[in-house]
Amino acid sequence: MPKIELKNVFKIFGDSPQEVLPMVQKGATKEKVLEDTGHTVGLDDVSVGIEKGETFVCMGLSGSGKSTLIRHVNRLIDPTSGEIVVDGTNVMELKEKDVLEFRKNHMSMVFQSFGLFPHKTVIQNVAYGLEIQGKKLEERNEIALNQIKAVGLNGFEYQYPGQLSGGMKQRVGLARALAPDNDILLMDEAFSALDPLIRADMQQQLIELQSRLKKTIVFITHDLDESLKLGDHIGILNDGRLVQVGTPEDIILKPADDYVSAFVKDVNRAKVLRARSVMLKPDDFNGRDNKPVDTFEVHEDVFIEEFLPRVLQDRSTVIVVDSQGNSKGQITEKELANALKKSE
Amino acid sequence: MKKTIKFIVIPFAVLVSFAALVIVSYRAARPRYKPDNVTDLFYDLSWLSDWPKWLDFPLSFPLNSGFDWIIVNYGLFFDGINNFLLGAYTLMKDALVGLPWPIVIALIIILTYFASGRRVGTTILVAFCTFFIGFLSPRYWDKCIMTICIVFIGMLLCLIVGIPVGIAMARNKKLRSALLPLLDLMQTIPSFCYLIPGILLFGLGAVPAIIAIFVYAVPPLIRLTDLGIRLVDKEVVEAAEAFGASKRQKLMGVQLPLALPNIMQGINQCTMMALAMVVIASMIGTRGIGDEVLLGLQQLNVGMATEAGIAIVLLAIIFDRITQSYGERLQEKTQPKKKIPNNAKN
Repeated sequence: MPKIELKNVFKIFGDSPQEVLPMVQKGATKEKVLEDTGHTVGLDDVSVGIEKGETFVCMGLSGSGKSTLIRHVNRLIDPTSGEIVVDGTNVMELKEKDVLEFRKNHMSMVFQSFGLFPHKTVIQNVAYGLEIQGKKLEERNEIALNQIKAVGLNGFEYQYPGQLSGGMKQRVGLARALAPDNDILLMDEAFSALDPLIRADMQQQLIELQSRLKKTIVFITHDLDESLKLGDHIGILNDGRLVQVGTPEDIILKPADDYVSAFVKDVNRAKVLRARSVMLKPDDFNGRDNKPVDTFEVHEDVFIEEFLPRVLQDRSTVIVVDSQGNSKGQITEKELANALKKSE
Repeated sequence: MKKTIKFIVIPFAVLVSFAALVIVSYRAARPRYKPDNVTDLFYDLSWLSDWPKWLDFPLSFPLNSGFDWIIVNYGLFFDGINNFLLGAYTLMKDALVGLPWPIVIALIIILTYFASGRRVGTTILVAFCTFFIGFLSPRYWDKCIMTICIVFIGMLLCLIVGIPVGIAMARNKKLRSALLPLLDLMQTIPSFCYLIPGILLFGLGAVPAIIAIFVYAVPPLIRLTDLGIRLVDKEVVEAAEAFGASKRQKLMGVQLPLALPNIMQGINQCTMMALAMVVIASMIGTRGIGDEVLLGLQQLNVGMATEAGIAIVLLAIIFDRITQSYGERLQEKTQPKKKIPNNAKN
């Protein structure tokens, strides 16, 4: 069972969303609804399941409803219709008091412009979730200190957010979200406000943290490269509709519609595709007569860019192996050329 | 459905009530102002040139009878308020007037020193202003104490009511749209319109002045509290919500501390308006420094009026410096501007 599940979630902004709902359910487009009723469609029949321990990246341009989507998970926004199930609990049925408990103990959030409390020190910011949980001062300071260390900000505990740079602020935001040790992490365009170098750095840090902590992460971004780098699964939103959900390879190799293909057109495929997804399976190359002469082994999870230069240089053939060293398939220049060719 | 209500029902209701008002005023008008027969109005159109005397809505009559009814039926209630406020005022005034003046100055110095976070400059300025009040004219000392007591109690009332109402307004859109016109009314209606009924309800003296201060000075405090809370960065509030903070935790831990600069501004405005009201209140016989201004004006003694005016300005400086420096100290706690030495240990 998925950790987080959204079932047929609709969200309509306006004065009387319930009256407009049937129209949207019948499939009226966002523009038509806005023109006829003055209501804005935030989410249009979104259903998605997010597994425990994975990073689900929700991608879309601004106005596509991605920030609305993430706020449904912790019910900062209530859907117009639909169900939201987290850990088997239907969140929609919780009373106001239980929603607070649920937010305290199940999920944390990281914000685009950090959302730090300007009147609290770094350590007070990081300890905020614990404070709300009702933990004692010594206990929460101890946990907060550890988290501050984990994101590499030791020495800044007693500074105020106004004294930190953007990257440091977002580390505080991340530490604050990690401190309560909740199993779901919601990240709303968490790295979008950072400059490219710091951003890459933070992405790397998140990947490392995630490999240790195995949280369920919902990550919102408008940047395709970021989503391909971080996501185990990616959902692409357009005008409030979830147009495709799949692994990064799926999105690149099998775009569901024109919108997605336009999106992935300019992606550096060598950076995203793994050996496994472009190799020829044994059945396909067994028929060939010429045995490869010059070969080397590559793990199936390795990205193309890592062995591409060697193939081009030596005209060699790649033998793709799994973790046990068993041969799974092979890649020659021809497969690489096919994989890297842009779809028209 | 909505369109029918908007374009047919509402205009119709407005028309009907307007017609009803005209008919009521026509019926209530004295017979000698009206033509003998209603139908004459259609033949003799002279009433269209000058405003006809029968077209006079009798608003003052129900207001008068309503006011009388309030005095008769709820007099006890207003007596209660009166006794309470008067008691508080008398207690404070008697204590301060009874004290020797050097002790009062010393008390103000101590108050300023600690409220401003041990700022020597502010303390000296305030001490100087306090001294100068008595120095201007010995009569002013006791009168200024009376004024201070009235303003202080009026402001206390403003704070007790204004800040919670401001918070409620920030939270509730409907309440805000209902209260905003009322606040406009409180600020624009001439103060005599409620000073005179104030006398009828509370008698002459300090209490109607306190009420007048409240009516006049509470709107900016409410507005700025409301504005301050709504201006708090939305994402910061959302962050508090996302961590499961309750409404109370959100308010006390995030919204109020971050709205503080605006709230302090509201308190400052409240003080200034309260002091401005003191002079007007002296016209209904409220004792205090205001009646010196009034006396000077009545005797065409410009020097005397100006002297008393300066005393009021000094009072304003004292109030302003104490509240502002206290506010700045609070804000420094919540929003430090200065670099704080890094005393973290690993």
